[in-house]
Amino acid sequence: MSDAEITTETPTGHSRRTFIKGVIATGAVVSSSSHLFRARSLSASAAVRASMPRMISLDVNGVSRSVDVMPQETLAMTLRYKLGLTGTKLGCDRAECGACTVLVDGVSHYACSMLTNTVRDRSVTTIEGLESADGTLHPVQQAVIDEGGFQCAFCAPGFIMSMVALTNENPEPTREETAEALSGNLCRCGDYNKILNSAMRAAEYARRMV
Amino acid sequence: MALIGQDISPPDLRAKVTGRARYAEDFRAEGMVFAKLLLSPMPHARVRSVDASRALAMPGVLGILRAAEVNQPDAPGEAALTDEPKYVGEPILALAAVDETTAADAIEAIDIDLEPLPFAIDPLDSLRPGGSNARLEGNVMRLGESGREWEDLKWPQAEFDAAEAEGRLPMGEPTDEWDHGDLDAAFADADYVLEDTIVHQSLTHHPMEPRSSMAYWEDGRCYLYGSTQSTQRAHQAIAGQLDLEPDELVFVGQYCGGGFGSKIAGVPIYQVTALLAKKIQRPVMMRINRYEENYIGRARPGFQAWTKMGFRSDGKITGIDLYIIQDHGPYGRSGDYNTAGAVTDLMYQPDAMRFRGLTLYTNTPPRAAQRAPGGAQIVAMLEPLVDKAARELGIDRVEIRKINAPTHDSEFGPQRITTTSAFVREAIDAGAAQFDWAGKQALSGQRNGTKVTGVGVGLSPYVGGSSGFDGLLLIRPDGTLYIHQGIGNLGTHSMADTARAAADELGLEWDDCAVIWGDSSQHHPYSSVQAGSQTIHAHTRANYAAALDMKRKLQEVAAAALGGSASAYQVGGARVSGPGGSMSFAQAAERAIAMGGEYSGEALPEDINDYTRGSATQLAGQGLMGVARDNFSHEGSTWSWVVGFAVVELDTETGDVRIVDYTGSADCGVVVHPRSLAAQIHGGSVQGFGQARSQKWVFDPKWGVPFAHRLYTARPPGILDVPLSMDWAAAGEPDPQTPIGAKGIGEPPVGAGSAAVTSAIADALGGRCLCRIPLTTDVILAELEGRAQPHALTEIHS
Repeated sequence: MSDAEITTETPTGHSRRTFIKGVIATGAVVSSSSHLFRARSLSASAAVRASMPRMISLDVNGVSRSVDVMPQETLAMTLRYKLGLTGTKLGCDRAECGACTVLVDGVSHYACSMLTNTVRDRSVTTIEGLESADGTLHPVQQAVIDEGGFQCAFCAPGFIMSMVALTNENPEPTREETAEALSGNLCRCGDYNKILNSAMRAAEYARRMV
Repeated sequence: MALIGQDISPPDLRAKVTGRARYAEDFRAEGMVFAKLLLSPMPHARVRSVDASRALAMPGVLGILRAAEVNQPDAPGEAALTDEPKYVGEPILALAAVDETTAADAIEAIDIDLEPLPFAIDPLDSLRPGGSNARLEGNVMRLGESGREWEDLKWPQAEFDAAEAEGRLPMGEPTDEWDHGDLDAAFADADYVLEDTIVHQSLTHHPMEPRSSMAYWEDGRCYLYGSTQSTQRAHQAIAGQLDLEPDELVFVGQYCGGGFGSKIAGVPIYQVTALLAKKIQRPVMMRINRYEENYIGRARPGFQAWTKMGFRSDGKITGIDLYIIQDHGPYGRSGDYNTAGAVTDLMYQPDAMRFRGLTLYTNTPPRAAQRAPGGAQIVAMLEPLVDKAARELGIDRVEIRKINAPTHDSEFGPQRITTTSAFVREAIDAGAAQFDWAGKQALSGQRNGTKVTGVGVGLSPYVGGSSGFDGLLLIRPDGTLYIHQGIGNLGTHSMADTARAAADELGLEWDDCAVIWGDSSQHHPYSSVQAGSQTIHAHTRANYAAALDMKRKLQEVAAAALGGSASAYQVGGARVSGPGGSMSFAQAAERAIAMGGEYSGEALPEDINDYTRGSATQLAGQGLMGVARDNFSHEGSTWSWVVGFAVVELDTETGDVRIVDYTGSADCGVVVHPRSLAAQIHGGSVQGFGQARSQKWVFDPKWGVPFAHRLYTARPPGILDVPLSMDWAAAGEPDPQTPIGAKGIGEPPVGAGSAAVTSAIADALGGRCLCRIPLTTDVILAELEGRAQPHALTEIHS
């Protein structure tokens, strides 16, 4: 990993440096494969014992879930491969694209660059947590549908989570503020015009609900 | 009300916004394990030996797959794994383990001995006397008596010396050449002649979803979950690569997280997942990360080109001489350079034209079609030169494009073919009005502090449709029309939108229809690839053909049940009604099942494809079937057009460029889905912005190692890199050679977006063409400060 990569600040204010510090703090060896997925420890060598999984409790979408987590495991991997929440997408593994954006205590974060161990006792919201139990969509989801938003939509869960964070924080965003708030998410189909239309409509729907 | 022309949200959108939509990496299977690839660290090498014993002894490691175990096509074909890697990042072998970390650690524990081989990164280096080749067979392929044959082509040093002295592209013997008209006479007839060398980079497709896949085997059948642009054709292609009969492979590709030409049909790496799963008898997930996607994810070929263009004082283009050296990568045969020649001839309609070109194998990642292959490069290169002539001759820049634009019967290309329709001037007029071209001319050259405004226009044609595919429809006893779609679901919405042709013909509401897609076990008809803007044309036709067949059967079923002549029965409102009474589609479906024969698909038309026959046979007896081949007339070549208009603000202090205003206007025939058309025009144009401005490859010439290997090192546009609001327009004139009147639109906006920006930047620079794409900030700044450019014009990877 280059110095540039380590010190790059992501738009959510979470940096590679804090990510690396987090890995070190949890006792794992920093390696280029820290973003990979390990299901469980395989052997009992001294080096590996330090990175044994620990059962922790996570609050995801309002439900408390117990899960075995490796010290170097990212939140995206825990969500996708241990909790079955595959709505959170991995587009780059390295905080470049925002497809894995989730909310932690209401603030948007890249789940690919956040260690699961750091979100204990915090509230995690994923795309699966937006719809009500009775099937009512979140105003942001409804706005996207009404605008025919997104093309391939691989980036959609990340964008939608950023839109939710925005509407919570700023009920009357301008188009410019909306673009700023969504600038941590990449859409390779280039569907930004429709995404902005969706986000503006979402803010309108959210205002009506209040 | 007809569904065609309405804004209807696609039926899969709820799944997409709730996270329920399952892309390839979202599937799971009991006992699933993970695979990782060992990628070549060298641009060209031979594997001397591999010792995997340490890796295989590690706990949790389940097996490896070597090149000898995968299909190895003849040169220049590409295998999924190789013992002679031809670019940095090429997969050499794959390894499976119980988890991904173990697999990655085990890959590190493999002892591999590579013998470095000579390599070529820049096509021109391979053409120099004594220059090395990217491949052992040679550096070019020339058309001989038995197809393309290998050749080791070197140009004389004198040509390189002359080119350097004249400051132009070296142009030795090409492999491809065609011309029409008298070029010397055309240039003699010209009042203004320009000559320029222009380069265009290669750029990676980088769909948001990397080409991850998951596979398992059950009862001798392979189940493969992958991302593809074209489900039915991917199923056929992958079955072929795995040496399986189509019914021995179930291919699921419900959602495609972007392709742009990189996932047209069979994606080579999926074979590895399938074969590893077979070998270790476990379900295998192979996640491809962004770094790997950069290498194996395909790229647009770059051009090193030269052109000479002659103009009469009235703006008419008299002659074009065009030479293109294409940077090909190590495999296959991309025809971008030849297409670029045809596009040039179509777009500018010169009295005489000569095209010369060749494509050079290089040790850089493999190339494939990327949205408007060949077209998107050449229009961005040539449009600023047409501006230069317009300025010189005192002609409006939009006007000069209209003067030279083709009409319906204009001939072009080496075969002198014509198009089905060309409403180019109509699209230009609609766009110019929407954008207010006349008014915005006043902004050109305006200064605001350090910023200077540029206004640009770029015209871009591309092929917009094929024909001859099959439609397959079924009304089940639940009364619903099931439209079986073999095309893919990559977000263009054509999977849903082309189904409207059938629904409209049968007079159905959209809620009465269900689209079946994305899973080969769900019985798809033989379909066009979802590429080259084919589907809206090809599959409105195929679904319309099947709907006509279904309508006839509904009438005959009703007449048989209720009496009277079939032609006296009308279809509408989910009923078929006539002299003997009326029956619902649900009742007609039940009646068709009882009647059997062609009504329920037990007897099938002779002319449908065998693939469709197989699918229809599986569905036979389950309802009233409409199935037909598209036999509608299709005279001429179908082309669509987009013209882009852009305003940029160029900061003369920093070299930064902001695109502040953009309108795209299309000639794509009848508009099937307005909001989706807008998304195609805007989205394609945004990809063009990235092509024009930021997505540049850089290689270390000494070691052949790329520096651009992720998104941030060759970044596509983000939301702050595009105008806050974008506009669009469409000519809306129906194409006469297709019953629905619609032409495809995916390709041309990319070139329009790129060309409008290169044109606007040249305008901001007072009409100076830098003749380099991308126009990165350092290139612009060097020009503004009167410094030498950071690299020579023809250095394509510096």
